[in-house]
Amino acid sequence: MSTVEAGPTGNGYVGQAIRRKEDPPLITGKGRYTDDIVLPGQLWAAIIRSPEAHARIVSIDKSAAEARDDVRIVLTGEDMTDLQAPLPMAWVPPGVEIKTPEHWPLARGKVCHVGDAVAVVVADDKYAAVDAAEDVIVEYDPLPAVVDVEEAMKDGSPLVHEQFGTNITHEWGLGSEDVEEALAAADVVVERRVVNHRTAGAAIEPRAVAADYRAGQLTLYTATQIPHLVRLQLAGCLGIAEEHFRVVAPDVGGGFGSKLNVYGEECLMAYLSRRLETPVRWTATRSEDMQAAVHGRDQVDYARMGMKRDGTIVALHAKLIADLGAYQQLLTPFIPSFGAFVMSGCYKIPSVRTDIVGVFTNKFPTDAIRGAGRPEATHLIEVMVDQAAAELGLDPVEVRRKNFIPKEDFPADVAPGVTYDSGDYHGSLDRLLGTLDYEGFRAEQARAREEGRYLGIGFSTYMEICGLAPSRAVGPSGVGIQAGFWESAVVRVHPSGGATVWTGTSPHGQGHDTGFAQIVADRIGSTPEQVEVIHGDTDRGPFGMGTYGSRSLAVGGESVARAALKVADKAKKIAAHLLEAAPDDIELRDGRYQVKGSPDKGLTLADISLAAYVPENIPDGMEPGLDETNFYDPENFVFPFGAHAAIVEVDAETGKVDLKRYVCVDDCGPAINPMLIDGQVHGGIVHGVAQAMYEQVVYDDTGQLVTGTFVDYALPTAAEMPTFETDRTETPSPVNSMGVKGVGEAGTIAASPTIVNAVTDALRPLGVNHIDMPVTPLRVWQAIEAAQGRGSGPRASEQGVPEGGAQ
Amino acid sequence: MIPPEFEYTAPESVDEALQALTQGGEDAKLLAGGHSLIPLMKMRLAAPSLLVDMRKLSDLRGIERANGGFRIGALTTHAQVSQASELGVAAHAAGKIADQQVRNRGTIGGSLAHGDSASDMPAVLLAAEGSVVARGPNGEREIAATEFFQDFFETALADDEMITEVRLPAMDGWKFAYEKFTRRAEDWAMVGVCAMVRGDFEDVRVAFTNMGGTPIRASAVEEALRGQGRGAIEQAAQAAAEGTDPPGDLNATADYKRHLARVLTRRALEKAAAA
Repeated sequence: MSTVEAGPTGNGYVGQAIRRKEDPPLITGKGRYTDDIVLPGQLWAAIIRSPEAHARIVSIDKSAAEARDDVRIVLTGEDMTDLQAPLPMAWVPPGVEIKTPEHWPLARGKVCHVGDAVAVVVADDKYAAVDAAEDVIVEYDPLPAVVDVEEAMKDGSPLVHEQFGTNITHEWGLGSEDVEEALAAADVVVERRVVNHRTAGAAIEPRAVAADYRAGQLTLYTATQIPHLVRLQLAGCLGIAEEHFRVVAPDVGGGFGSKLNVYGEECLMAYLSRRLETPVRWTATRSEDMQAAVHGRDQVDYARMGMKRDGTIVALHAKLIADLGAYQQLLTPFIPSFGAFVMSGCYKIPSVRTDIVGVFTNKFPTDAIRGAGRPEATHLIEVMVDQAAAELGLDPVEVRRKNFIPKEDFPADVAPGVTYDSGDYHGSLDRLLGTLDYEGFRAEQARAREEGRYLGIGFSTYMEICGLAPSRAVGPSGVGIQAGFWESAVVRVHPSGGATVWTGTSPHGQGHDTGFAQIVADRIGSTPEQVEVIHGDTDRGPFGMGTYGSRSLAVGGESVARAALKVADKAKKIAAHLLEAAPDDIELRDGRYQVKGSPDKGLTLADISLAAYVPENIPDGMEPGLDETNFYDPENFVFPFGAHAAIVEVDAETGKVDLKRYVCVDDCGPAINPMLIDGQVHGGIVHGVAQAMYEQVVYDDTGQLVTGTFVDYALPTAAEMPTFETDRTETPSPVNSMGVKGVGEAGTIAASPTIVNAVTDALRPLGVNHIDMPVTPLRVWQAIEAAQGRGSGPRASEQGVPEGGAQ
Repeated sequence: MIPPEFEYTAPESVDEALQALTQGGEDAKLLAGGHSLIPLMKMRLAAPSLLVDMRKLSDLRGIERANGGFRIGALTTHAQVSQASELGVAAHAAGKIADQQVRNRGTIGGSLAHGDSASDMPAVLLAAEGSVVARGPNGEREIAATEFFQDFFETALADDEMITEVRLPAMDGWKFAYEKFTRRAEDWAMVGVCAMVRGDFEDVRVAFTNMGGTPIRASAVEEALRGQGRGAIEQAAQAAAEGTDPPGDLNATADYKRHLARVLTRRALEKAAAA
């Protein structure tokens, strides 16, 4: 493991719940989002999208739109054949071929999902553009569409891309080869079919792009999580050299993975601006964002968990059928595979294997949404643990305890082939139970049942893998993603002593401006107010990989810390020279570089930086300036974990679920800023509870998107949530100098099985032993009706009973 | 979310507004709080050529008691109605409409004119046996709730008429409840039940939100309970869904809505009786 001189060494800002520096402008309307940026001479684009789920494009009549005075250009896919490359897909797993159709910003010949872009109108203002778009007449020849992923796998299904002769994009597996033998040796094998439905990122700022091409230089403002990667990839699509291409991610109003992509609209606006030699912009409407920003999840999972009668888990096989939608976006086919790395969960399971099938359907592509594969895997494991406990007549908490990887086993190798860096799973569960009063709840539950009330408790003890990533493990010859996963940082102390920090991460709500300033202030002897953190602009710092996969602190923050220590090291040498002491005798204390044992002899950072920039008296051979860069490639992932519990009451008459308590203990290592952690945990839990109870992207049988607005896509609000009872343990990671792990996705990864297990616990006395998300009133009522032998319940496959044939 | 082009006028008086509406022809629309019309325009599901904004018609705001009833100006917001506790069930139900921002802008007249049976006020108006006052080029007329709601988004209001006032009887001696079943607090009702009980079940009124194209009176429940006592509620509520043909949607099948109607009718009546 790497070793760096451990911080903090300065004023102790790390660990404090400092208020977010970035908030005052954002909450007083002074933010600068892509849509706020006004460019001289800008034109507005409107995109004509397919109302058909699957159709050949017979003709596109642009003439009426082109005839309008305020329209500058109307283009179709056939008008843009001078693009150099289609939109990118970045996963090339060694030894596995992934069927990847050419995917262009505007469709060529046929459309494959509702919302597929077929033409673009550019006009003088946004009203004119949308009006003119209605004048573009597209004639479609509809083709049969396939929406259900398991139907799409069958012979005779409509083919999303005829040239492949199948809808199956690829098969990929990870883990133990002996899983069938291990299952055969088990006392009991618990089998379930678990549906993990499609969700949307639903960032409150929809996607937005403004392109400005002039004099051979392209500037692209875009609401993205990955400005550098957008530049790299679009440079290839457009045939523009990276050195003439700048990508800026200004304030970005949430992403949740839906802005971790390279989108057709980004390519299209850049192309149009270059072609028209004037700025061209587009901002998605909410409905466009619902139909044309990547969705997440959408798996049908078949699990078999082999158990001993005493509750020991001996084997787990997971078959994940992944609905990838109609095209491969940046990481579409990889996402379910990310889940395979955590398929052992917190448990010591001798044999674990995941087999994945990717499948095309006539829907928008899925890709990374908060957790990206790990929520699906964790949901499956944690639901299965509860199902197995119920089937064996054991307590779900005791089954978890019995199978936890013990603290002394870390670092722990697990069957999927990764090494968990650190963990104390008993520790977080014990702390959770201390808050929860589990025994008291069981007594209350029994009393309530006598009164005809149905209370339930659900647990989820999760671990996850984040801090993307060691490049050798994830890159081209490892997992096969065509990129490195290091991070960069610059710490630049100005002559007056203030500092600007550049990070290659690209925050969009997380709080890096504050947290990174705390890290740097402690290491260079400054204050968070005097440390300005900048990001999201390819022209202002070195290449960086962006923000996703809970990587920003463990990789980007570590890089920032290392650059800061390089600055401090040089500052110490200058201080030693000026104070006529040995460098080893200089210590950073209370914000001053002091001679050990002589606190009266010391210099501030401002004294030292002035000396560095007016270098009359610095050590011989030293370069002037106080400005350091770091590139950090981690040697392992980091593995946060925790224990979550929910208490629900189900109204057995109406099926409505009332979430009464949500208690959690998370461990993301030592806190840089506990307030930021709480913010991430709260948001993460809401995201997971939302999937479990509220949110679902629904396409009907013909491929029409039913949930096109926030009326139908039920994003919950504060009114639907209880006050969360959050708590933490701190188990340092040995991977980085700060011992930190990620926390942006943890709540989401943990929450959905917590809710489903709680609802199932409440419903068991009514005969309901399994229910899939989202646990809407309708679905819960139908499950009760079916279990009670009344009315029309859900079909058997929605009750977790495998229908056979899919193993 | 970009509406097509339209003309706009904000007249100073009801007469001028009606004149503008008539001159604007069938594509002219009145704009009150805008919380139904503007979203439809932004999604290009409605494309009026002229908006006649009622915001300057201050005579149409406010609540007064007269002749044994209440006269509520059409532009009175849901928030104002919700704060006028003397209105009884109307105030109670108005407080459950959407969220605070919507209640601060949305108006009782606008909501009724929109004719959406998933909105809360239509069932309340029907249960209370209220009426609306409409003015048009040929003068003023009062339309009873029973006549007003005709089908999905269809009312008795003519294209050139404006609701100026909503009339509710003073329901002295009545106890009430409005049970609204939603997934999220801000949602439209999957099913809503407005229940009113006078004295010891001397009279009973029950009306449904979102159980059909119009708000619906549950006559069978009312008859089964009238003159009976609380003990009869459970049995009577079983008749709640009789004769209804609710539309199924994403959140609720028709069967489920009928089931909810029975459960919520019982709960609303129990609450009203206990009030």
